[in-house]
Parts: sequence; structure tokens; C-alpha cells
Amino acid sequence: MTGASKPQFARRRPRSLSDYFYDPKTRGVVLQILVALLLVYFISEIVSNTIRNLEEQGIASGFGFLDRTAGFDISQSLIPYANTMTYARAFLVGLLNTLLVAVLGIILATLIGFVIGVARLSKNWLIATLAGVYIETLRNIPPLLMLFAVYFGVLKNLPAPRKSLELPFSSFLNVRGLYVPAPQWEAGMSVVLAAIAAAILGIVFLNWRARRIRIQTGALKPVVLPSLLLLIGLPSAAFLATGMPVTFDVPELGRFNLKGGMVVLPEFIALVAGLTLYTAAFIAEIVRSGILSVPKGQSEAAAALGLKESHAMRLVIIPQALRVIIPPLTNQYLNLTKNSSLAVAIGYPDLVSVFAGTVLNQTNQAVEVILITMGVYLTISLLTSVLMNWFNARMALVER
Amino acid sequence: MRYWLAAGLALLAGFGPGTGPAAAQSSTLDAVKARGQLQCGVNTGLAGFSAPGEGGIWKGLDVDICRGVSAAIFKSADKVKYVPLTAKERFTALQSGEIDVLSRNTTWTMSRDTSAGLNFAGINYYDGQGFMVKKSLDVVSAKELSGASICVQTGTTTELNLADYFRSNKIEYNPVVFEKLPEVLAAYNSGRCDAFTTDVSQLYSIRLTLGNPKEHIVLPEIISKEPLGPAVRQGDPQWANIVRWVLFAMINAEELEITQGNVEEMKNSKNPEVRRLLGVEGEFGAGIGLDNDWAYQIIKLVGNYGESFDRNVGAGSALGIARGQNALWKNGGLQYAPPIR
Repeated sequence: MTGASKPQFARRRPRSLSDYFYDPKTRGVVLQILVALLLVYFISEIVSNTIRNLEEQGIASGFGFLDRTAGFDISQSLIPYANTMTYARAFLVGLLNTLLVAVLGIILATLIGFVIGVARLSKNWLIATLAGVYIETLRNIPPLLMLFAVYFGVLKNLPAPRKSLELPFSSFLNVRGLYVPAPQWEAGMSVVLAAIAAAILGIVFLNWRARRIRIQTGALKPVVLPSLLLLIGLPSAAFLATGMPVTFDVPELGRFNLKGGMVVLPEFIALVAGLTLYTAAFIAEIVRSGILSVPKGQSEAAAALGLKESHAMRLVIIPQALRVIIPPLTNQYLNLTKNSSLAVAIGYPDLVSVFAGTVLNQTNQAVEVILITMGVYLTISLLTSVLMNWFNARMALVER
Repeated sequence: MRYWLAAGLALLAGFGPGTGPAAAQSSTLDAVKARGQLQCGVNTGLAGFSAPGEGGIWKGLDVDICRGVSAAIFKSADKVKYVPLTAKERFTALQSGEIDVLSRNTTWTMSRDTSAGLNFAGINYYDGQGFMVKKSLDVVSAKELSGASICVQTGTTTELNLADYFRSNKIEYNPVVFEKLPEVLAAYNSGRCDAFTTDVSQLYSIRLTLGNPKEHIVLPEIISKEPLGPAVRQGDPQWANIVRWVLFAMINAEELEITQGNVEEMKNSKNPEVRRLLGVEGEFGAGIGLDNDWAYQIIKLVGNYGESFDRNVGAGSALGIARGQNALWKNGGLQYAPPIR
């Protein structure tokens, strides 16, 4: 100890345990750890309790059943499926059927919703009123009833297979569905596919160049017409050059059903139509509110700048309306996806019908099957949200 | 803050190991007695087997099992709470303890008996899967159904049998699977399907509810064995015994010609088998934790198996199903109960 190193601050009294007890920060940390531990304990207790109870009741558990033979048939499958394949394969078939309905439903509902939403704002009284009636009626009917109405309403009015309605291109419509010729690809088809890919690349390049020229010189280059020419011309040329490498398997009348061709099941049509019409009513309201949210001054300012009305809509109104539209639109997309599980009521083989229905019944492993099913819906919903959030961030007003 | 800490500690203590599932261990019989009511899982509506009749009173062959168990325990056939279940819900309801007995035209299969946590107590109806088609279709055999659309209800053994049958006969078909019976029937009626398949007994029952029963025929092929019977949870042998012996008592009563009408007189019978069944001799009730007159009560309040069959699905009912496989063994059928001795 040399006298020179004098302590700058008075030495603090050593902290006792009670100090820690009354220190809000320490207390906060300790409590949080306690709560976290409790939560972990709670969850592990639920899991171990379930497992123990399943064992005690002699119920099989584990995920080994996925490798066993399914043994049942599915009426619609996007991938090859036979009843000798595994439960895992049946799961995949159901999942793809669900995704097909969800994606198609989302696209159609968005299109119809935008048209109806804009129609509701129309200056034409008849159009606006019709759109209003559509929205108010469909929005207020439970989706399940809607599906029943579409399914059984449509089924009752379609003819029996032997009296099928003949449509153009050797297609038939009857109570079993819509039968269309199935294209059979032959050797040269890969060239045509390559041509389509090349056309898409070309269009991307055209757009990129037009944009660059516009930014650099201000000159507007035509984009739409050349793009269309490219998209139609290139594949058609390839198609003709390779000698039309496609034949059609045409449906023909068998004893009960039409044989051959592709069939679009009435359950599928009813499900997509029902969900689309129902969700479109909500989307229409969202679109209307979005457009109304843009102040009138914006369109007036656009007009004052000399923009055409269509340009004003595309460049000024819609981008601002989208900021209001996208978040609730995401909700509707999620709703549509989740509502697609109502398929089980009208006999469409979606994930819930195939997996949480037939597979659950045959394996009796309710806990595992329901967990997987919930996990799938959760994942689909979260992915949709992530995608829409990204889109929303891109559309958000950039403030400078 | 101290209260919070105390509450947390109390919660922790409450979660001590082994406290959770202890309640599930007690005997089902005690639970039923304490509740004063039997909870019985039945079909949501299948005429002849379990369906609510006039005044909401449940009737049917399956319902009579519930009534029999209630009679044996409570000396009253009406202390039953009926829980209507769909095919898909039924096992979960039994596993989770929502019901005590499942008596809902349920097929006894190995996987259900072993890995689903169920025990089957017996067979109260020998059934098989068949097809119903519209007469106008001019089909006389299931083998002619190539390319046909077939409506099925999910949650049953039906889907698998259907696939097996068509696979082994190398016939193509299109299944259309619904969750609930009304939708299956609506689809069948609208012509979406050529055929409707399920257990034959159900086909007969359902045919009665269709607009004109004569327009539909049940094809002769029986494509599966469907032994239907009551089931209980695994892990309570006493309870399984009660349900099993209620069914056996009803079958034995028919064999010994004891009916609802003559059960009082039969108590004075000299036949030792009758005396044992009615509890005049022996202590058989004690073996299943019930009073000695348990079987007497069943026969008096519900009747024997033959009477139950006759009034619900047999000649005395609208269904008019012949006894066939469900006749007693000595009459050429399969119904056979072990003796009470």
C-alpha cells in the first residue's frame, strides 16, 4: 500500500443476499428464469404424461406407421398412387390435393375479389348494387353451407354419365365430373418446353432493357406486344418444327362412366368454386376499403400532372391502396387455406380427409396423425404469411 | 410479489411426478356406480341398431347392450346416457373416457383389439360388407361394377375392404369418401355414385329411409367378415367381463328359452342351468362385482337376445332381417355363449 494510490470512490459495502432480493433487475431475471423453467416443466409433463397414458391404455405410438402399406384408394392424385403404397405416400397425395385447392382458390378469389371490389365503387348504379348484393349475401353464409349448396346444387342438375353433355374439343360434362382429353406428350415435347423457358427468359430481358432505357433516356420502349409475340411465337414454332409431338386420349362412354381422358372431379370443382366465391366477397370489401383509403387529392394531383386515368390508377392509386389491402388480404388467404379442410364434408380427398380421416382410422394413432396435420397447416400458413409480409414490405411507401 | 412466489411454488409442488394419470386407474364399475349413470357410445342414427325413437328414447340392438349393462348394475334399464358418435369419433371417445362402453356397430379387428387400446367384449351381430345399387342400373353382381363410382363413409373398415376386393378381382373403380352418412346418401341419390357400400345390415336399414326402397337392390356378394360387437377400454378386466357376460347372459337366456314374459316363473325351474343364470343357485354375480340377480334383471328389463333381435332388426321390425348367421348355434347360426357355471 503506497499512499499515492488513493481510491477514487468510497469502497462499497459488500452486497448481501437481501440486496439482491430487493434489486429489481436481479429479481426480474430470477423470476423470468423461474417462469421459463416452469413452462419447460409443464410442456415436458404434458408430453411424458401423454406417452405414459398411451402406453398404459395399450395404444400404439410412434411414427413407424408411415412406412406401412396404406391399402386404400384415393379418388384424385397429382402423383402416381396405388393402394399398395405407403401411408407416407397417401399423406403426400392429400397434401398436394390441399395445396392445389389452396393455390387455385387464392388466385381465383383474388381475381374475382378485385373485379367485384372495383365494381362496387362503379358509378353505374346497377353494377354497384349487384356487387353489393353479392358481397352482403355470400359474406354472411357459413362456408360449409356454401360448399353443400354448390356441391349438391350442381350435382342435382348435372346429367347421368349416359346422357353426358357434349362440349367442344371432345369434352363431356356429367354428374361424375368434367371429362377432357388427356394430352399425351411424345418425344419432341422437351424442345417445346425449352422454347417456353427461352421465351420467358427473353421477356425478362426485354423488360429489364426497357426499364434501363427509360431510366437513362426517358424513352418508352414497347414491352407488352413483343413479350406476347415471344411467348406465343417461340413455343408454336418449336411445336410445329418438331412435328406436333402430342396426341390426345379422348374420353369415351363405358358402361358406368366415361373411360379415358382426364377427369376434373365435381368435388374439386365444388370446393374451389365454393371457397373462391366465399373468400372473394371478403377480398372485394378489402379492395374497396383500400381504394377508398387513398385521398381524393391524389387522383386530382395525378390529373393535374396530366396522367391519363388508367395511368393514374396504375401508378398512383393502386400502389397506395395496396399498402392498405395487403395485410388483411393475407388473412383471407390463410382463411381460404384453412377452410379447404372442409373438403372432407363433400368427399374431396384433401389432407384432412385422407390423412386425418382414413389414415387415422386405420392406424388408430390419433395423437401423431393430428400433430402432423396441425404441423402442416401451421407451416403452410406461416409460409404464406412470410411471403405476403415480404410482398408488403416491397409495396410499403418508401419515405425519404 | 411474495404471493406470486408462493403461487409458483405451490404450482411446482402440484406437478410432482405421478400425480397426473392416477385418476384414470380407478375401476370403471365404481366410476359408473358413483355417477349413477352409464355412458354409452352409440350410432348417430341407424334404424334397428341405435336410433332415437318417439320421445327421444333410444332403441336398437346396440342400444339393448347399453340397457342390459344398466339393468345388471342399477336394476333399471334406463340409467344410460347415450352419446351419439360418428365412425371417426368413436374410438377417441372411448380412449379418452368420455364413454364407458362403445356399442356402435363396430367391427372387431385385430388392430383395434390390440393397438388401439380397446377390448372387444363379444359379437352381437355377424355382418359382412355388401353393395347397394339402383335397380335401373341392371347390375346383378358386384363383379360387374368395373369403372363404377362407389360412395363410402370414412372412419370404417369399409374403405380397406373395398380396395382389397377390387384389387384381388382386378376391377377398376373410383371411391368417393365422405365423413357423414347424410352426405354419402345425398351423393348416392343424386347419381354421383353407382353404388353405396357398407355393412349389409346397414344397407337394409338405410334402404328403408330412401324415397322408394324398391328402386334399390343389395347385391349378393358379401366381401368381408364384419363381426360387430361392444368394446371397452383396455386395462379394466372386470369391466370387460361385465359387458361380455351381459351379452352372454342374453344369448344364454334365449338358448334356455327364458323370455321377458316367463322370467318370473323360470325362477322356480328345476333346470340347474336356468337356476344358475337367474341367480337362484351359485354366486356368479360376485365374480363380476354385481348382485346375484344381475342376469334376471337383464332378461326382465331388456329381454333375451332373440327378443332383442326380433323387435329391433328381425321379423318383428320394419327391417325384417332373417336370423341367418345370427341364429343360435343349435339352429344353424353362429351365436354361441359359454355356459354359466
